[in-house]
Amino acid sequence: MVSPQDVSEQRQKKEIRDRWFLSAPALILILAASVGPLVIVLLYSFLAPGNYGDVKWEFSTEGWFNVLFSRDIFDDTVSLADAHFLIFWRSVKLAFATTIFCLIFGFPTAYFIATRAPHNRSLWLFLITIPFWTNMLIRTFAIQEVIRSEGIINTLLLKIGIISAPIQMMFTDFAIMLGMTYVFLPLMVLPLYASLEKLDFRLVEAGYDLYASRFGVLWRIVIPLVKPGIIAGSILVFVPALSSYVVPRVLGGGKNLMVGNLIELQFGQGRNWPLGAALSVTLVIIVLFAMLYYVRNASKSGGSAHG
Amino acid sequence: MTDTRTTAAHGGAIGLHGIKKWFGTFQAVDNVSLDIRSNEFFTLLGPSGCGKTTLLRMIAGFELPTEGQVLLDGVDISRLLPNQRPVNTVFQNYALFPHLTVAENIGFGLKMLGKPKSEIDSVVKDMLKLVHLDGRGNNPVTQLSGGQQQRVALARALAPRPKVLLLDEPLSALDLKLRKSMQMELKRLQLETGITFVFVTHDQEEALTMSDRIAVMSTGTVRQVGSPWDIYDRPAERFVADFIGETNFLEAEVISVSGEKARVRLSSGAEINATYPEGITPKGKVTIVVRPEHARLGSSGSGMLEGVLDDIVYLGTDNHFHVKVDGGSTFIVRQQNAKSGHCGFSEQERVSIAINDDVAQILRD
Ligand SMILES: Nc1ncnc2c1ncn2[C@@H]1O[C@H](COP(=O)(O)OP(=O)(O)O)[C@@H](O)[C@H]1O
Ligand SMILES: [Mg+2]
Repeated sequence: MVSPQDVSEQRQKKEIRDRWFLSAPALILILAASVGPLVIVLLYSFLAPGNYGDVKWEFSTEGWFNVLFSRDIFDDTVSLADAHFLIFWRSVKLAFATTIFCLIFGFPTAYFIATRAPHNRSLWLFLITIPFWTNMLIRTFAIQEVIRSEGIINTLLLKIGIISAPIQMMFTDFAIMLGMTYVFLPLMVLPLYASLEKLDFRLVEAGYDLYASRFGVLWRIVIPLVKPGIIAGSILVFVPALSSYVVPRVLGGGKNLMVGNLIELQFGQGRNWPLGAALSVTLVIIVLFAMLYYVRNASKSGGSAHG
Repeated sequence: MTDTRTTAAHGGAIGLHGIKKWFGTFQAVDNVSLDIRSNEFFTLLGPSGCGKTTLLRMIAGFELPTEGQVLLDGVDISRLLPNQRPVNTVFQNYALFPHLTVAENIGFGLKMLGKPKSEIDSVVKDMLKLVHLDGRGNNPVTQLSGGQQQRVALARALAPRPKVLLLDEPLSALDLKLRKSMQMELKRLQLETGITFVFVTHDQEEALTMSDRIAVMSTGTVRQVGSPWDIYDRPAERFVADFIGETNFLEAEVISVSGEKARVRLSSGAEINATYPEGITPKGKVTIVVRPEHARLGSSGSGMLEGVLDDIVYLGTDNHFHVKVDGGSTFIVRQQNAKSGHCGFSEQERVSIAINDDVAQILRD
């Protein structure tokens, strides 16, 4: 005999099967596009380097060893790979600073757009996204045109007579930060705008009515309510900034490396694919931890329902 | 700590002097002058779009008048920012802060004023009691019912003890029963706190029940200011008479004027006494208004106006008799159903209407 309970259990099982079946395309896509490559990179990080790039198919932890330590070519003494630490630390610093700058510039921009009349907003959003239509490399070269020694800023300042010699801006951390802020700004503005647009501005009025200053309204009402947008925007900026490659390459010159350039180096001139792969995985892990830490902290301080 | 239940508090007096407000080329408020007295329950009444909210927002400071001044206790506050005015608002949609608890919402104003935590806590506690939300302080406001949210909004606006409380249609989102009880509640709060209330509504009944005085507005202007009794029984013009309750308009001719009263002759030839608005001397042809409950129906030949009973509308407590008066217009008589059973008249019967003494009012226009 089949009890009604069995029947319902069977039906439930079938439903679950169907659900898996229906979501198969999405799962396959995720597998192929995200998990797959990660697995390959992880695999490569445990192989030995080939002589002219590529890998030899034998297990080796040398790649991971080289992330943390460097072996002297002559006497095999092992020392910490402080260059790697330095570059990772620089990258995190620069990406963090870029995120902060994008917030500082992006917030007023998004606020401005969100407070325009509804039919004007799409025009402003359109203007914000225009740079996205251009290749990143070209945008980066455009920045170079602005800040290089014979560039617009220096020429202008020299003409006016504020400075007597051009300011060295190219090939500095400042240049990298400026470039990344410019390139990633829309990634901050768009999610911020999406949150601000949903903000009920009558709450802002209520804040003023209850004796809050401008700063009080911003700090106690606007920011807590648009926190989801701030989190999303910060992640969208921080992650690609951390692994940025083009901007530091062009604006930082050869000296001011970031992780992206370091990794590229291993796959190119360095001919050490396992090290490159291990560095890539390290980067992914750092990003994951940074995000976990950030999201958890942000939602903790964000009060109850809207964190 | 100030006790919110003493009536000793002094509510502020608001003076509006020649207020005009333009939005681009559209004039929302046209030359409004009003004096709202201290401790008063003052209502702005008018149809939707007549400029009530705009006027209120100029008192709060969210809009600046294009012309004119806003005075608080005689001091010009027209150019002060909202957070510099000792005036708080209960918003139409409540505008509670969704990320804060009930207590945090109520304490927000005091916190922004930099009051010590102990004072905030005790005021919040008093406020929760005042609006019957004891023990709900730690609830998120998003979990409250509409009526409870309404009371939080009230408590939040009252907590900083403003001189004037502005309320923009605060009851319009509530269902009828809740609305009735909140009307009583608001009245009680106004009396207990002694704060001047400026209340906005488009509901004439609400205005009549709650207010000390009412300003009736229409298309950006104030048409009449007075007590509920003034507004209802002594409307100065057609718009006011029409907007508040049901009214009969009659053509009449002024025969003589003595003191506060005029003697007028109706189209039927009958003569009655009528009051008239301040500032005019009635003469010639005028329009008078008579409320339906200020007239009686009688058998033909007994009254002042003759006609045919067109329609009887039974309303439970009342009957409405629609009488087609000889000569054209329809006159409505409302009579209470004091006895059960038939009203004693039947449709298409010839009847007569008698108007009570001293109830007719001559209109200005
Ligand atoms: N910010 C504004 N811009 C343009 N027109 C407005 C604005 N605020 C109100 N109005 C117009 O002013 C008139 C009065 O509005 P309001 O004061 O809200 O009326 P009420 O509260 O009596 O319904 C309306 O016609 C409204 O469309
Ligand atoms: Mg309104």
